[in-house]
Amino acid sequence: MSVVGITKVAKRYGRVTALEDVSMTIADGEFFGLLGPSGGGKTTLLRSIAGFIDPDDGEISIDGKPVKNIPINKRDIGMMFQNYALFPHMTVTDNIGFGLSVRHRPKAEIEARVTELLRLVRLEGFGERKPRQLSGGQQQRIALARALATNPRVLLLDEPLGALDKKLREEMQFELKQIQRNVGITTVFVTHDQEEALTLSDRIAIMSEGKVLQIGAPRDIYERPRTRFAAGFLGTANFFEGTVSGREGGLTRILLAGGTAIFTRDEAPEGRSVTIAVRPEKFTVGGATPAPASDAQVNRIAGRIAGEVFAGNSVTYRIDAAGRIVTVYMQNRMTERLGPDAPVTLTWDPAHSIVLED
Amino acid sequence: MTALVSASTRRLRAILGLTGGTYLVLLITILLPLAAMLYFSFLTVTPIGGRTASFTLKHYTDIFTKPLYRVNGQRSLMLGFQVTLICFALGYPAALFLARHIKNRWREALLLLIVLPFWSNGLVRTFSWTMVLTDSGLVGQALQAVWPGAPSIDLMFSYPAIVIGLVHAYLPYMILTCYVSLQAIDDSLAEAARSLGASSFTIFRRITLPLSLPGVVAGTVLIFVPVLGSFMEPRILGGQQAIMLGTLIENQFTASFNWPLGAALGFTMLAVVILIMGICYPVLKKHLSAN
Repeated sequence: MSVVGITKVAKRYGRVTALEDVSMTIADGEFFGLLGPSGGGKTTLLRSIAGFIDPDDGEISIDGKPVKNIPINKRDIGMMFQNYALFPHMTVTDNIGFGLSVRHRPKAEIEARVTELLRLVRLEGFGERKPRQLSGGQQQRIALARALATNPRVLLLDEPLGALDKKLREEMQFELKQIQRNVGITTVFVTHDQEEALTLSDRIAIMSEGKVLQIGAPRDIYERPRTRFAAGFLGTANFFEGTVSGREGGLTRILLAGGTAIFTRDEAPEGRSVTIAVRPEKFTVGGATPAPASDAQVNRIAGRIAGEVFAGNSVTYRIDAAGRIVTVYMQNRMTERLGPDAPVTLTWDPAHSIVLED
Repeated sequence: MTALVSASTRRLRAILGLTGGTYLVLLITILLPLAAMLYFSFLTVTPIGGRTASFTLKHYTDIFTKPLYRVNGQRSLMLGFQVTLICFALGYPAALFLARHIKNRWREALLLLIVLPFWSNGLVRTFSWTMVLTDSGLVGQALQAVWPGAPSIDLMFSYPAIVIGLVHAYLPYMILTCYVSLQAIDDSLAEAARSLGASSFTIFRRITLPLSLPGVVAGTVLIFVPVLGSFMEPRILGGQQAIMLGTLIENQFTASFNWPLGAALGFTMLAVVILIMGICYPVLKKHLSAN
């Protein structure tokens, strides 16, 4: 179990910058997600930790010791590849035992460890099969068992569930998390799937264009995204651009282009142009004539239903309000349907108006 | 029940219709001539030109009793093993290098160079060697000019000359079959092995080599079988060493007009090849069942 330190790591390919000034510390036993679009640099970072890529600048350390001069096969890492990379000519047992066998461990020890791991991934009795005789989910679990066999200091997962279909992926998310918890191994994984990142990670680093945009617990990043990109990549967000026009009663007043004013708890200097993000599920949709404004501490804007997507338990509304289209998620609990063009009032708590940095 | 029958009949008809043409061609071009030769091998004389032939086992008993055939059979087998082994020793590293370290257009260019000899006539290629493997040829003279007193490269009419000619002719088969196998191995397998602690040598021994074995086997079969029956290279480059199973067979057909003996020798050789494959099969099956 180990701590992984990444300090000011950079990597360039010709004129393309794959990593730029990347720093983070992954705590002992943590399940750490690298989330971002393809080409964002997350795989480059993972392969740099593994040793397949040598960064141009910066330092990567495991347990405080720089790993730059340690070759891949001496780094003591467990890596699971996107396509699993199981050895097709070996049985499941030989695949899992490979790491121990190249370390010349005694046969009995290898056998015991393989049995233990097969039990861990719930595939006892599959030891004599060849990889091609297994389903995708089973192959994935064998790949995980193989990566864990040598008790590595760090487990690296490259798009661990990317090759599975949706239903299997949900099952394996749960299982992967469970196994990681039981083993307690420091784990770094790469994904472009926001749901996977949210469910698996203790903490997430959002990466784009080689840079780290935000690091934090899934809930923190979701509730307090710092940038437009982070807000849009992890979940969905509505953006309101406006100018700060004063502070009253613990709230900051933002004047939107159309003249509508909205409020936020966040502070911002007067006169600055800012972008506000509001998550679609934070809105409440009411009738055209709202209840009297007994509570001034609420944002309230008028709008019109522009579209509706019905998904059974929830409904997504597209509402034309304050000169833009606002996306709103609602639980399917209303007694009446909101027809097209129906006038509505959107209300939300100023605490849910997040001032972004860009 | 009737539906079932008609379905299976239709299936059978479809199979016959689709594969029938191929089997007809195989029948006419391979099976019938082979059957004719098998028939000839049991005759006393070649039944052409009004001669009457009768049934005999003499050719086969001769082959297994007369030392001439046994000795030359052994020489041909030895030649087959040696040429195949040298082709593997040269071709496998070349294929590995090509598959791993050469990229894109360079790779295409090199592959083209490898198959280039196939575009020239085999006889011309073999005769070209007679100009190289002698001290009075272009290469020999050039070498003497640059390095007076250089060791003789005159290998003409010797066993090594036969081996050189055959290796040159068959090396591309080994390179190409090994290349195809090696190139199909996913790079991530080597990366996975490395991340699990394997050294480069271990990766080669436990991952790359076993996974490329099908290519090695294909190359070996493609080389060993024709070398066993080769007659052109031994005849042109071998001189005194030229007597091999292949040249013996050729002699029966071209010089001695003893087709039955030639056919019997040919079938004995075929039996030897099948026997060798049969012995190797269990080992190969174990290693090749992976993919």
